[in-house]
Amino acid sequence: MGGVPPVSDQHTLRSVLVANRGEIARRVFATARAMGLRTVAVYSDVDADAPYVADADVAVRLPGNTPSETYLDADLVVAAALRAGADCVHPGYGFLSENADFARAVQSAGLVFVGPSAEAIEAMGSKLAAKELMQRAGVPTLPGVDATGLSGTELEKAAADVGYPLLVKASFGGGGRGMREVRDPSDLADAVAGAGREAASAFGNGTVFLERLVERPRHVEVQIFGDSHGHTVALFERECSIQRRHQKVVEEAPSPAVDPDLRDRLQEAAVAAARAIDYVGAGTVEFLLDEWGDFFFLEVNTRLQVEHPVTEAVTGLDLVRLQFDVAAGRPLPSEALTPTLTGCAIEVRLYAEDPSRSWLPQSGRLEDFHVPAEAEFRLPDGPGVRLDSGVAPGVEVGVHYDPMLAKVIAWAPDRTSAALALAGALQRARLHGLTTNRDLLVRVLRSEAFLAGETETGFLDRHGLDVLAAPLADEEGRRRHAVVAALAGAALRRAAAPALAGLPSGWRNNPTAPHTTVFDAGTVRYRLDRTGLTADVDGTPVPLTVLGTDVLQPGRVRLEVEADGLRGTYDVHVEGDRSFVDAPDGSTTLVEQPRFPEPTAKVAPGSLTAAMPGAVTRVAVAEGDRIAAGQLVLVLEAMKMEHPVVAPAAGVVQALHVHVGAQVETGATLAVVAETEEGNSNAS
Amino acid sequence: MLEKLDQLRAAQAEAVAGGGEKYAARHKKRGKLLARERIELLVDEGSAFLELMPLAGWGSDFATGASMVTGIGVVEGVECMIVANDPTVKGGASNPWTLKKAFRAAQIAQENRLPTINLVESGGADLPTQKEIFIPGGKLFRDLTRASADRRPTIALVFGNSTAGGAYVPGMSDYVVMVKEGAKVFLGGPPLVKMATGEESDDESLGGAEMHARTSGLADYLAVDEEDAIRIGRRIVARLNWRKGGSTPAPFAEPELDPDGLLDLVPSDLKEPFDPREVIRRVVDGPGPGNEVAFDEFKPLYGSSLVTGWARIHGWPVGILANAQGILFSQEAQKAAQFIQLANQVDTPLLFLHNTTGYMVGKEYEQGGIIKHGAQMINAVSNSTVPHVSVIMGASYGAGNYGMNGRAYDPRFLFTWPSAKSAVMGPQQLAGVMSIVARAAAEAKGQPYDEEGDAAMRAFVEAQIEEQSLPLFLSGMVYDDGVIDPRDTRTVLGICLSVIANQPVEGTSKFGVFRL
Repeated sequence: MGGVPPVSDQHTLRSVLVANRGEIARRVFATARAMGLRTVAVYSDVDADAPYVADADVAVRLPGNTPSETYLDADLVVAAALRAGADCVHPGYGFLSENADFARAVQSAGLVFVGPSAEAIEAMGSKLAAKELMQRAGVPTLPGVDATGLSGTELEKAAADVGYPLLVKASFGGGGRGMREVRDPSDLADAVAGAGREAASAFGNGTVFLERLVERPRHVEVQIFGDSHGHTVALFERECSIQRRHQKVVEEAPSPAVDPDLRDRLQEAAVAAARAIDYVGAGTVEFLLDEWGDFFFLEVNTRLQVEHPVTEAVTGLDLVRLQFDVAAGRPLPSEALTPTLTGCAIEVRLYAEDPSRSWLPQSGRLEDFHVPAEAEFRLPDGPGVRLDSGVAPGVEVGVHYDPMLAKVIAWAPDRTSAALALAGALQRARLHGLTTNRDLLVRVLRSEAFLAGETETGFLDRHGLDVLAAPLADEEGRRRHAVVAALAGAALRRAAAPALAGLPSGWRNNPTAPHTTVFDAGTVRYRLDRTGLTADVDGTPVPLTVLGTDVLQPGRVRLEVEADGLRGTYDVHVEGDRSFVDAPDGSTTLVEQPRFPEPTAKVAPGSLTAAMPGAVTRVAVAEGDRIAAGQLVLVLEAMKMEHPVVAPAAGVVQALHVHVGAQVETGATLAVVAETEEGNSNAS
Repeated sequence: MLEKLDQLRAAQAEAVAGGGEKYAARHKKRGKLLARERIELLVDEGSAFLELMPLAGWGSDFATGASMVTGIGVVEGVECMIVANDPTVKGGASNPWTLKKAFRAAQIAQENRLPTINLVESGGADLPTQKEIFIPGGKLFRDLTRASADRRPTIALVFGNSTAGGAYVPGMSDYVVMVKEGAKVFLGGPPLVKMATGEESDDESLGGAEMHARTSGLADYLAVDEEDAIRIGRRIVARLNWRKGGSTPAPFAEPELDPDGLLDLVPSDLKEPFDPREVIRRVVDGPGPGNEVAFDEFKPLYGSSLVTGWARIHGWPVGILANAQGILFSQEAQKAAQFIQLANQVDTPLLFLHNTTGYMVGKEYEQGGIIKHGAQMINAVSNSTVPHVSVIMGASYGAGNYGMNGRAYDPRFLFTWPSAKSAVMGPQQLAGVMSIVARAAAEAKGQPYDEEGDAAMRAFVEAQIEEQSLPLFLSGMVYDDGVIDPRDTRTVLGICLSVIANQPVEGTSKFGVFRL
């Protein structure tokens, strides 16, 4: 393949524009800065105050907010690079990172693209073509077929050839978007249509293909690197089996399922794949590994992966530095050509999402963010935790982009130590303002199954979200958190009171009723007098002793609490009506209900409300329709994911407040379903 | 003391019970809040509420509490006088004790410049006692409009009946909120109207909340329910642009000694004196920056039966006068007069801690001018213009009660400990005096003295005086603002001093002629 610069073609890179945002922009800047490169950021309007923008030496605004008008607009990004005087462009991951036209545009503008050649991207861009290429190169592949233009019986026949269960996948996609699992032929048509829609909206190309689904597979991938001096190396494997909605959540190196022999075979296949396309730069060859040690080529990601830090941790290499080296035309250094694998590294992706509510993306202000880590954007010296985050306290997590807050990575000589260190850091993190998958991650990392290396792609389903997504603190603990939050609120009110601030909280010379704080999670009743604290939550007594209450600053209270003979520090952060409790046994967010509810703010029974801001992409019912429980009412698209809204019970659609294309806010009433009695509907 | 505290709690529980479980349940069933629930919802969350005169009417024919709950609470950061009818007690009807309590509440609001919030639901006057209520009762409405004229806003939240004379409570208030389908405000109800003019009418058209909000204009706000009325009431206070006229408190440290010790301090027999410094050290701010010594005693070597000195309570400066050995001699009286003048010179409020059996009697003392010196003290107390607060810890007998700023001397606040006793003199002394006088009368007439009758009389008088000098009885008579747990003294005083700071403390140099 062409596009490989000649050996003598060495550049000195002095200034890099990162055509990306958030965590990965900061990650690239960190290495670029260390290498003495000037850093250039681009930002959309909502990202104007994002930490990565402040991190860069200079930044160029991309007017607008949607990805297509900003980070996906190749012309704008190239113009920004030229304007800022950058001599190279790093695409990060996602956005334009695997867009051959963009790579070409960067090169035509006389700039260096920090990534593979446009041809290599193109060759791997179509998953179907890539698969054929790999078959020819002798890399094992899965049976599959292009579904473009197929429908009806043609589609059914093609699917039958591949065999069920199968996956519908976007040809030009990634990250699980535009992907559907089909077990029953009757679901095929819907899945193909849905995946096509999602792919079209996310990647601007709606073509999809069908592929055999391997049961209980593991997702194992090999990091490859090529330079323009003819070197191609494999930097060992990563396992990224634990996924939600086909998006990786926990990633690690090495894979607990890979022994040295299998590792050799995987590396050989990956190198063969890379050589087949004369690969230059950082790339990843993804495989499905089945229970018997057979693996199948999935795709080549022609970019730096989100999970690259685990490879960095076990090899000691800085992959971004290698990318710059290769882009500058230098050969890979010897430590990369003869890599060593040391210890174990695990990465988790900390998302603003609610695992217990179909992974619903969360948006809003991150009121506090702190992860106890030894290092940021680099490896700690020795065992410890690395944080790669794109957020800071006070940032708005918007609806326009991926809600990933950070990647947290732990390295230790052995896998169990790494998992426990990572879980500990996550549990001690302060994550206020948005629901996150933190508790789920901690539970996964501490689970017997994970520690035994039993990770397969169905891990979350197998162990059940009801168990894994449960809050770390048990019910009794959460009741304690509620009481502590109520006391903290009282202490803050005292501290801010314009009159009688120095008096004991809620003092009465003739006490009649306990003090009441109503949280979403329950009603706290308490009395604090000279005999101590008496408290209950919804009538269940909560025995605890408060040893100290310190208002650290407005909105922050630290309480020393003893319960069951165990003393611990409880930190409470109050922001508006929300209280964030960080306790030794976990963290809880409580929403205080208004003392005087608006007399009119009542929602009609049967109302279906928007759980998040988004756009209505499909309406499946009309007013007056009689619908069954669980029947699809409409589809809401937010963050490029489709969220079906279904009828909570059988009934009649009484009102439909939205139409296709409507933009709705959280809490907006979408439709009202009047419940019908079972007997009546049977009779009619 | 613990036993007395139990009695106090039992009496307070009577007040809290109001009209009893049955009436409370009926009231709640109508979707209404109890008087104390209304107050709890009205005041700022976590703020202190000082209930005043909870035992009014104790020992009388009327319910303890006198069908009214009153106290000082913080609403939207503003200290307010809150007065709530208790509709579970005879429909919230006023009896003579209710009136006494209401007048005292109005006086506190006036002296300390507090806005007043009335939570109205009262059936009017308790008719059998109308002769004691009707004529003096007009003062209630007079006080409301005078408060308004004095730039002390008055707010009426009308939850239920407020008819006939009661209609003038909203009528004379600056802000009126009425609860939809709850408030009923008219001069005359349908039967009276029918009798007077023959007109057929109904409650709603005569005095419903909707009517007053939309037609008569008597209601400024229409609340959809009781909670809404309280919410609106809080918003009204939030917009009063209230600024306290006095100073602000300094940062403070907690007392050097544990206030719990106050329980063991007062001997059960008041004949035994106790050192008031032990009380002071458990009540005043502990040493800290700006307050390096907790209590700076003034003139410690002179008139040592009265302790005087300076301290702070919850960051507010105070001058303290506390009885030490019970008796006030000439030196003590003169020391007090001087100290009161000093406090007036530097605008510092005064705290009187009573444990006195009165001014010393006897030839030596009369000849030494004890009356003159006592008069100096009473002159100083009477004409002093800095705020005074009195706490009756133990005995408060005779003219000692006056000199130490008893109720008649209008302290801003007066609270009693359960250990206190107050009377013209001790029960035994009083019975003894009566016995001596009777014996002398018999002797003068040459009659034999009935020793048996004398013993019975002495026992009876002693018991009666004893009972009538006890705190619950006196509090029932509204001779104090409440009986308090001694351990609460510091907190109660902190509230009082903060409330007092709603206007500037201004001492005087104008006193009566000191008879020297």
